[in-house]
Amino acid sequence: MTAVARLVRNPIDAGALVREVASCAHGAILLFLGVVRDVNDGRGVTSIEYSAYEAMAQRELDALVTEATARFGSSSVVVEHRLGELALEDASVGIAVAHAHRDEAYALSRWTIEELKRRVPIWKREHYVDGTREWVDPSGHRVAELSS
Amino acid sequence: MSVTVLLFASYADALGAASLTVDVPDNATVADVLAAVAQRPGAELLPASPLVAVNQRYAASSTPVSVGDEIALIPPVAGG
Repeated sequence: MTAVARLVRNPIDAGALVREVASCAHGAILLFLGVVRDVNDGRGVTSIEYSAYEAMAQRELDALVTEATARFGSSSVVVEHRLGELALEDASVGIAVAHAHRDEAYALSRWTIEELKRRVPIWKREHYVDGTREWVDPSGHRVAELSS
Repeated sequence: MSVTVLLFASYADALGAASLTVDVPDNATVADVLAAVAQRPGAELLPASPLVAVNQRYAASSTPVSVGDEIALIPPVAGG
């Protein structure tokens, strides 16, 4: 059983995440990648800058993967979240999960990304085609910022 | 007593700093820390009750704080 979480600055290696959770006890492996896309709320995005309260983010991620494996039974989870400036199509988060059966693997993968989004102190600032940039606030309130 | 408050992302931009030192009463709580931060220029851009972490754990407004605690204001998280 593996339960590992990492904050990284280099590109996420999806194949390495899959190999890390693979074992002969697990009949199902799922890989989730969150990727930088070119439009958000109708605005053209050119890049996204990710930052974190790193010590607390690592602590929350560690708790999250431990809780995930406990909640879904014998399973493995590896989470990587990338920080720094990411280009379009770069993966910001990679989650590999393995379980004996696919139903639990899908549930585990979904639970892990939703919990990560809910409680891990990571932030992103989108850079737009018009030169402006804004911190993204999923609660709907944005603090506007002019480009410098 | 004086405590240090860490700021991140939009909150660091609003207050123009990555951390603040504020004076609060002895036996202060998170609510006292928020009241002291609210006096600083730029704090009007923050929500009325921002999330707070004490020693890297989410805290309630009634959570006590001590000298040397790691206190942080947590903007709405946006990972993933």
